[in-house]
Amino acid sequence: MKPIWSIAKRELKSFFDSLVAYILLVVFLGVSGFFTWLFGSDVFLVGQATMQPFFSIAYFTLFFFIPALTMRMLAEEKRSGTIELLLTKPITDWSVLLGKFLAALILICIALLLTLPYYITIWSIGPIDHGAVWCGYFGLILMSMTFIAIGLFASSITSNQIVAFLLALCIGIFFLIIFDVLSNNFTGFIGELLSYLSLSTHFDSISRGVIDSRDLLYFITITLFGLILAETSLSKRNIVE
Amino acid sequence: MSITISNLTKKFGTQRAIDNISFNVETGEILGFLGPNGAGKTTTMKIITCYLAPNEGDVKVNNFSILENPEEIKKMIGYLPESNPLYNDMPVLEYLEFVAELQNVPKNKIAGRIGEMVHVCGLNVEKHKKIGELSKGYKQRVGLAQAMIHDPEILILDEPTSGLDPNQIVEIRKLIRHLGKQKTVILSTHILPEVEATCDRILIINNGKIVADGTADMLRKRAQGQEVLRVQIGEPEVRDSVITNLKNLDSVALVDFDPEIKNTFIINSKDSRSSRKDIFYMCVNNNWVLTEMTPIETKLEDIFRELTTVN
Repeated sequence: MKPIWSIAKRELKSFFDSLVAYILLVVFLGVSGFFTWLFGSDVFLVGQATMQPFFSIAYFTLFFFIPALTMRMLAEEKRSGTIELLLTKPITDWSVLLGKFLAALILICIALLLTLPYYITIWSIGPIDHGAVWCGYFGLILMSMTFIAIGLFASSITSNQIVAFLLALCIGIFFLIIFDVLSNNFTGFIGELLSYLSLSTHFDSISRGVIDSRDLLYFITITLFGLILAETSLSKRNIVE
Repeated sequence: MSITISNLTKKFGTQRAIDNISFNVETGEILGFLGPNGAGKTTTMKIITCYLAPNEGDVKVNNFSILENPEEIKKMIGYLPESNPLYNDMPVLEYLEFVAELQNVPKNKIAGRIGEMVHVCGLNVEKHKKIGELSKGYKQRVGLAQAMIHDPEILILDEPTSGLDPNQIVEIRKLIRHLGKQKTVILSTHILPEVEATCDRILIINNGKIVADGTADMLRKRAQGQEVLRVQIGEPEVRDSVITNLKNLDSVALVDFDPEIKNTFIINSKDSRSSRKDIFYMCVNNNWVLTEMTPIETKLEDIFRELTTVN
């Protein structure tokens, strides 16, 4: 546990030292605030005390931000050779991965924590469904975990940050949109499978306040799958034929 | 703490980076790893430090195998990788603390160890700077400091003095010498005088195979085969009779003379014999003055070239 925390601490420090964290927080709060309060189907247009507009915009903003956070995590270590330094210390490949995963998750949680004033403000202007709000936050955290794992995998297979970023977006867009669109064109088993794979199906039900074990299982499975692939790609150096 | 490397082979595709090599390193030994670029030095080091897995063979450190107990081995090893990768965005002290944490240095000892490393590696002036702002030499010192932070039993240093100025090189060599008294050190380098200055034993590797193993003296003897002397005898006028007398000596195989200095000769003794005494008595008998007698040593460069350019 200790090495995981040491690595997470280092990553977080480097986020805050390199302005990445500040830019992310400011832009995330700016974009989500703008669409929640001022523009589009904002709270005043809907006329209800609901956090739904925030959740749907945060859902897309995080989709773009998370690959930007994860792209350098392993790719940069591989490019500069520091990965060799890390992996020759008495820690496992998993500790390195989980440390980085934790750092990204903590930063996202900080960003979400800073949106609590939105919640409090909406609460003060009308009756709000508290359960749905907390579930919505929970759903965003689950979704972030999934994207972080995908981003780490993308970062683990290349030493070029841009490639890692684009690859994470490519994989992400399948879960975010393409599976959903495709599922409408298929019936039967394939249709159901595609609909099950689509992230939005699961996120929508959670953000409405329904926590189903199937949805939880979905997010956890994809997260684990992403991390296992990333670990495999890290330990590829040790595979001998 | 001894390291036993047995039948190690590592292939990259079809190319054998190292080919069935075996050797031992004993506690308190400083082993110099020599070889041309691409000979397999770095690959061997990466395998010992558990970064790469071998295709065949095993490395045992104190009876722990790299295949079964990599975590145990990693604890005992301090490693300075070849290109000295560092986190350029971190300040020196913060970086050393990070490495100390990863190396499981107890929390109450971290500050003390960092202080000691800063002192030993001469980082005091630069310790608050970010690593990216340091000169190459100072980066190299940070690399060394991180390798030694947990006081490891074994130090593996891939080109430890590259990028250092001559004063720093002398200091680092002194440090390695000092550390080598209690610890096992394996270092690789291209700088041959460095090996002579710091190492107890030299291992030359070429095309993934060990081509020489021994102390610098042993390697010299092996390469040289026979004794070569540079001798200055009498006056230039008696040169011809000196040559005749030298040729008649039992132990002398070949006599050559220096065209510049008329009374200086290069003498090859016969295999496994020394002609020094014979030459001395010859001079005494003929009443010639012997003004110089120097054994000519084969330079390590020559041995290295001879061993690594055969193929």
